[in-house]
Amino acid sequence: MPEVRPIVLPGELIEEKKGRKLGRNVYEENGKVFSKVLGIPKVSENEITVIPLAGVYFPRVGDKVIGIIREIEVAGWFVDINSPYVAFLPLAEAVEEYIDLSRADISKYYDIGDVIFCRISKVTKSKIVQVSMRGSSQKLVGGIIIKITPSKVPRVIGKNGSMINLIKNKTGCKILVGQNGLIWIEGKEKAKAVEAILTIEKKSHIYGLTEEIEKLLMR
Amino acid sequence: MKEVELIKNGKRVDGRLPEQMREIEMLVDVVTRANGSAKVRFGNTLIVASVYGPKELYPKYLQEPETGILRCRYAMAPFSTEERKTPGPDRRSIELSKVIRIALEPAIFLEDFPRAVVDVFVEVLQADGSTRVTGINAASLALACAGIPLRDLVSACSVGKINDTLVVDLNGKEDNFSQADMSFAMLPSKDEISLLQMDGLLTKDEIKRLIEIAKNACKKIYEMQKQALREKYKGE
Repeated sequence: MPEVRPIVLPGELIEEKKGRKLGRNVYEENGKVFSKVLGIPKVSENEITVIPLAGVYFPRVGDKVIGIIREIEVAGWFVDINSPYVAFLPLAEAVEEYIDLSRADISKYYDIGDVIFCRISKVTKSKIVQVSMRGSSQKLVGGIIIKITPSKVPRVIGKNGSMINLIKNKTGCKILVGQNGLIWIEGKEKAKAVEAILTIEKKSHIYGLTEEIEKLLMR
Repeated sequence: MKEVELIKNGKRVDGRLPEQMREIEMLVDVVTRANGSAKVRFGNTLIVASVYGPKELYPKYLQEPETGILRCRYAMAPFSTEERKTPGPDRRSIELSKVIRIALEPAIFLEDFPRAVVDVFVEVLQADGSTRVTGINAASLALACAGIPLRDLVSACSVGKINDTLVVDLNGKEDNFSQADMSFAMLPSKDEISLLQMDGLLTKDEIKRLIEIAKNACKKIYEMQKQALREKYKGE
């Protein structure tokens, strides 16, 4: 039987703070650090964090996400990023050339229903979210999108991308993983890739997952 | 109120000792389409709670720019009681929805999700006393299961006085003919009380003793809740 990673529950003591930084999903009371969520604690020399095992996606600056255009504004787009908060994509962050807004219809760049791979560029305190198409962002055409629990995304990617590269190599698919739990897959053997990703989602908390996925992909 | 003999030879109507709880069963993740859910059974009281969110809150005027909000709905199934219960919200379930919300709110970091909402649905499938506290237990498990940031789980139980004896976890019959009953919820690891309601007549000393009894019972329930959550993540 595979070994299960130790988990903490909300309100459970993780460790004394001892001058360390508070990471995500933890809170401090009287110098002691407690978990806010059900998850796996990560305690290092300078930070205490808990990686949640469930929950919706909360945008963070720098995250690469997959979004779906929901609404077109005068100078930008509203993007559904599979989160409680809708993101805004300003025109200037999306198109390089000059556009005369009094005449142009910007739906020729991105239209409702288009899928984009973008970067979270700004998140305010009251969670107003902006995304940007600068850098390695792109519009996604063709392929399929699957949705997994956003907290399982790090397991799908693996250490330094080991897990996702394994799937890419064995199936020959093009795969883009959004931190928000949306995964875009294109290629001939996408059914196999989907199966592998859904298996990771289901068994993300056990040890020896990479071997199991490797076996599954060899079939 | 007419006297009913609820305790005979030190045993209650269902054969329990005064400070003995009913058989308790807890299961998490029972509603697949919800973000988190739990089924909790205390004897013949059976409740399913499900949690949706955090999600966008509409209509927009309900949004709070600095904090998220919690919405609770307590509902009894028409077949949950002896006489058919007319479905839909009535005076009692509207009040209990509010009571459950207030009991859960101190445990949730609402400020972590401004402008959003968490919906909690507490559905009573079988009612046999203590439904509000069983509902709170189920709701708190469902919140933890949904990954909502919590300070602690919320554990709840009912205590009361029947035939001049202080008892824990009243069933339907005891509830109806009790001299006093008290609903109690707390954040066990913080030792904070989040709900205290009382109906009937009690002396000051009895209240103090009942709170102690309730705290002990809640701590036992807390251990079971933790066990139920851990159970879900035991390997395949």
